[in-house]
Amino acid sequence: MAALSEEQSMLRDQAKSWVTEQSPVLKFRQMRDSGINLKYTPTTWDAMVEMGWTGILVPEEFGGSDLGYLTFGVVLEELGRQLTASPLFASALVGTSAVLLAGNDQQKQALLPKVVDGSEILSLAVDETARHAPAQTALQATAADGSFTLQGEKTFVMEGMAATTFIVAARTSGSAGDETGITLFLVAADAAGLERAPIHTVDSRGHAHLTFNNVVVSAEHVLGQVDAGFADLQAVLDRASAGLAAEMLGTAAQAFDMTLEYLKTREQFGRVIGSFQALGHRAAELYTAMELARSCAEHALEAIDGNAENLAEVCSLSKCRVGEFLHVMSNQLIQIHGGIGMTDEFDAGFYLKRARVLETAFGNRAYHRDRYAMALGF
Amino acid sequence: MTETDLTHFRESTRSWLADNFPASLANKMLGYEHISDPEVAQQLEVWRQKLAEQGWGAPTWPKEYGGAELSQSEARVISQEMAKIGAMNPIPLLAGMGVTMVGPTVLEYGTEEQKQKHLPGIASGEVRWCLGLSEPGAGSDLASLSTKAVDEGDSFILNGQKTWTSGADISQWCGALVRTDSNVKKRDGISFVMLPMDQEGVETKPIRLIAGASPFCETFFTDAHAEKTDLLGDLNDGWSVVKRLLQHERQSQTSARGAPANKADSLQEVAKKYVGTDADGRLSDADLRTRVASHLMDAQAHGLTVARITAEARGNPKVSAAASILKNSATKVAQTKSELTMELMGNQGIGWEGDHFSSSELNNVREWLSGKAISIYGGSFEVQNNIISKNILGLPETTQKG
Repeated sequence: MAALSEEQSMLRDQAKSWVTEQSPVLKFRQMRDSGINLKYTPTTWDAMVEMGWTGILVPEEFGGSDLGYLTFGVVLEELGRQLTASPLFASALVGTSAVLLAGNDQQKQALLPKVVDGSEILSLAVDETARHAPAQTALQATAADGSFTLQGEKTFVMEGMAATTFIVAARTSGSAGDETGITLFLVAADAAGLERAPIHTVDSRGHAHLTFNNVVVSAEHVLGQVDAGFADLQAVLDRASAGLAAEMLGTAAQAFDMTLEYLKTREQFGRVIGSFQALGHRAAELYTAMELARSCAEHALEAIDGNAENLAEVCSLSKCRVGEFLHVMSNQLIQIHGGIGMTDEFDAGFYLKRARVLETAFGNRAYHRDRYAMALGF
Repeated sequence: MTETDLTHFRESTRSWLADNFPASLANKMLGYEHISDPEVAQQLEVWRQKLAEQGWGAPTWPKEYGGAELSQSEARVISQEMAKIGAMNPIPLLAGMGVTMVGPTVLEYGTEEQKQKHLPGIASGEVRWCLGLSEPGAGSDLASLSTKAVDEGDSFILNGQKTWTSGADISQWCGALVRTDSNVKKRDGISFVMLPMDQEGVETKPIRLIAGASPFCETFFTDAHAEKTDLLGDLNDGWSVVKRLLQHERQSQTSARGAPANKADSLQEVAKKYVGTDADGRLSDADLRTRVASHLMDAQAHGLTVARITAEARGNPKVSAAASILKNSATKVAQTKSELTMELMGNQGIGWEGDHFSSSELNNVREWLSGKAISIYGGSFEVQNNIISKNILGLPETTQKG
């Protein structure tokens, strides 16, 4: 754990005790079993809003606490430990980052106080295919009479069924693959011509498929500059990757802790299985990998807070390395637990399923390895 | 120590270096390689004396033992400022295992007499130390060592063979782990003694390794003498002493070696030079590109972890179990780098000597070979994993008790 400030330590302790007491993984199981379409429990979300977590990135003038990304990461890590389901990450980190980075004062004033009080839920709609490829944006936005008409589709939109406003990457010029010609739009979820349908992912959480059928968006809902939205989009995606990595680190750390506990208590052949060197060494190597992943995750968040210049490098490093550890750890969680790990009654499956969804979101390991190499000049 | 104090210290360090470091020594690699030029050797000796007078050979040690009583942060400032002007501190190399391992252990376990006798020579770089730990029959299972020390009144008489005694042929003193009681559990009958190398009864023989010449020796004790007053720690409590000593060793091995001195030597530049790039600037070989990127991520993650663990200790770097994690990750980074470099170089990467190969190509081959030792010495990769699983994770002992 990074050397935290007093404020950060307090927030971490608050998050840890709330998550442990009020939102253990049992809540996630109950949410899944309830079949709720939102894919989270409204009372859980209300509690987060109440604790002020929706305002961690928001400046005080808009009702937030402006504590920064490392602080947000500390909270997300705790949530990741118990798989707490909510739109906090999608709205208060990703969506809010977009508004903060690209929005004008009027847009900030209109949206941020409502993000903080929970009445607005933002979500970034970027992917159009099964693969994360922001430059491939093809959803067409055609300008006419001081407004734009959006035509096309967005898919795997995080918390898409709960969102009240989408931040949509659309093409205003050029063609798919061009980095110029992309524009970000704020689109109300209830806009005429916008349809959304749930996508049922393996982790029982909420994605949506969006269809834009001549959705008219006024020019004042352009977020940032027309045709020049790609740089803002990348900056938002860097923050999304770094934030998600913090949540993933929590999920992986919990999987590690569960596994370590099992190694110390499960007996076979008349001794605890953790006394077998094959398993002791596996645990040692997993622990080493976890420490390395943690360093990457915390460094990326600190780099964002410090306005570092190499964010593409360090955020891709974080998403890739934490993703790698989560991948291995979630498999070992099942393997080391043996048969019990395969049962739905035990929680290991939730972690495994959630792991793959998080690994894929905003670019998988291969995507971020490529991006890291490009950042280093090869 | 406040930031302001540190800034003042940095300024005074800078001006002392400007006055005292001979510019002709800048960026000269000093170590086991013999300095053939007598003039350079003379300058180096003057520089060593100046550092020793400042107490900067071992800057964090108390002044009375040859140190300067500086904090870890101040010591870091000295290293940083020296690095900036291409200066290096020859004392830790000249003292062999003295500054990094023997000295800190003597500070902790030694009597007042031992501290006064041994530490100043180490801190000034005038006395080189080697360590007699491993034996042909006691490697990872160090506690099964069989070199015997028999009580003969004022001294112990040593008989047995040590191996991997780095620098034994040029050292003046040796710290040796010996058996002083054979009738108890093997860890309970071991003592740590210090003895001079220049005596009848001590013989050394250099070991040639797969990479060629090496600093390692075999050391033979035949009725060698160690003064009773040079017993470090209690009789038969040598295992506690050596555990501490080895923690200091791991601590000194946690940085990944081979960090490039400049950008042109970085692995991605080597890759581009030997493999080439496509129109987008991507390395032409996709498989190598993936592995180079993964390796560079490992290296960066390692560096960030060293920095994080140091920051979390808040300038108080106690030797900790975390050293085992860092040693293993440093090992992986260093060994992978050599292997990948060879692969990137293709057939130019497999030279042994001669004009057909550039010096960087030949250097990599030697580093690749000598680097195989990193996962063996100082507690092998597997021994480090035992330490992590037992001491950090609290899993039951995985090796047999003796």
